[in-house]
Amino acid sequence: MRYSAWAILKQGLTGNAGWPQAWRSPDPRPEYDIVIIGGGGHGLATAFYLAREHGLTNVAVVEKGYLGGGNVGRNTTIVRANYMLEGNSQFYSHSLKLWERMEGDLNYNAMHSQRGILNLFHSDGQRDMFARRGNMMISQGDDAELLDTEGVRAKVPFLDFENTRFPVFGGLYHARGGTARHDAVAWGFARGADMRGVDIIQNCAVTGIDIENGRVRGVQTTKGAIRAKKVGIVVAGRSGQVAAMAGMRLPIESHVLQAFVTEGLKPCLDMVVTYGMGHFYISQSDKGGLVFGGDLDFYPSYAARGNLPMVEHVIEAGMTLMPMIGRARLLRSWGGIMDMSPDGSPIIDKTHIEGLYLNCGWCYGGFKAVPGSGYSFAHLIATDRPHAPASRYRLDRFETGIGLMDEEGTGAQHNLH
Amino acid sequence: MRVPCPLCGDRDLREFTPRGAAVLLDRPAPDADAATWNDYIHLRDNPAGASEELWYHGGGCGAWIVVSRDTVTHAISATKLAAEARDAG
Repeated sequence: MRYSAWAILKQGLTGNAGWPQAWRSPDPRPEYDIVIIGGGGHGLATAFYLAREHGLTNVAVVEKGYLGGGNVGRNTTIVRANYMLEGNSQFYSHSLKLWERMEGDLNYNAMHSQRGILNLFHSDGQRDMFARRGNMMISQGDDAELLDTEGVRAKVPFLDFENTRFPVFGGLYHARGGTARHDAVAWGFARGADMRGVDIIQNCAVTGIDIENGRVRGVQTTKGAIRAKKVGIVVAGRSGQVAAMAGMRLPIESHVLQAFVTEGLKPCLDMVVTYGMGHFYISQSDKGGLVFGGDLDFYPSYAARGNLPMVEHVIEAGMTLMPMIGRARLLRSWGGIMDMSPDGSPIIDKTHIEGLYLNCGWCYGGFKAVPGSGYSFAHLIATDRPHAPASRYRLDRFETGIGLMDEEGTGAQHNLH
Repeated sequence: MRVPCPLCGDRDLREFTPRGAAVLLDRPAPDADAATWNDYIHLRDNPAGASEELWYHGGGCGAWIVVSRDTVTHAISATKLAAEARDAG
């Protein structure tokens, strides 16, 4: 069924009894051309673009849990293209363009809202850095606007501008950035892939990867063996375990990143504000909750929950920036498992095993990359050639040292991003 | 979360800085080949479960310690001084 205003009206007048299931729940067939391990946002987007861009529909997405149960439903929903370095800049620019037409492509309301992102700066040196970043964004064809203190005050007058330690000197405003309804992104891609013939198999964990003579032959799962000519691994925080099934060790450490939401409030914050000096960023969801997050807990973790010291740190940072949120009551906090790469940039590449492809290392920025990652990974799997905007996301860059993309300039080692 | 420092006893998590997998203690020879160094610096087992990590007690005695920890439950089973762990191989 095609979703439309007419469909809503018709269903509303007939008791909403006629809505079909958005996607099927098939049993796995014994063989597919392509098996995607991981039914998160990236995996589902990969399947969708395999079907839509390359006409490949003999595809299965194998998901251990349920759709929307992983990081795609556990993030702070921010969408942006404000990267600076060659490679990242092109990729995220491409991804944002896909976001801008995604709801039409999917016929699904992902509530993508380009409400703008404001990155604050607090010193002359930081202003120079942000001016440079803004220029790079503009030269990539994206948008950026450098605001002074008064420019920021006009947009978000409730900040503590006279903060003694980090007074607000201005901000870099990225008007095309914003937020989206995170689960709807997973559901929209799932529906779009399913209606083109992709089998999405939930509650089915991959337990092994079959490899013969250096070539992938399929996967073992809790629902039996599935043969496949090509297999894509796109499992975020679980990359280490799944790669180990193929005998690989990855340049990935899994860490927990916490996020928080307050009770629903009346509209008070109409954009995303990031406060880098306090490792704090905040937006207001369409339900009214203030959604905010901070930094990693910084020890390897698969717990999907963090510890109280980071909670305290994040809330302190929030209070120093935006004292008005002190009266808001915290409703929930949660943690996602981040696949941290040494240089803070992702990997979309072939492996040394023929027919086995790898997509990981999204660190704490995977959500905005969902369509771009899916598009580029589908291109790689379908054509065996890297997609141009993602061609620098090579697995071997750590070993060779060529093409490292350390956006923060902190170094290309674990625990620095 | 409390971390039992071998020198100071149970201390608050905030006194410590986690550095990463304890493979960092097993530093290759300076003239080792690139693959060995890549293995040491970048590649990780990244276990979901029992893990050995290097932590620094910067807010306390200043010791580097090896923390044996479960990455799924966050439970710490043992800690020892990094120097002793390295000498024990």
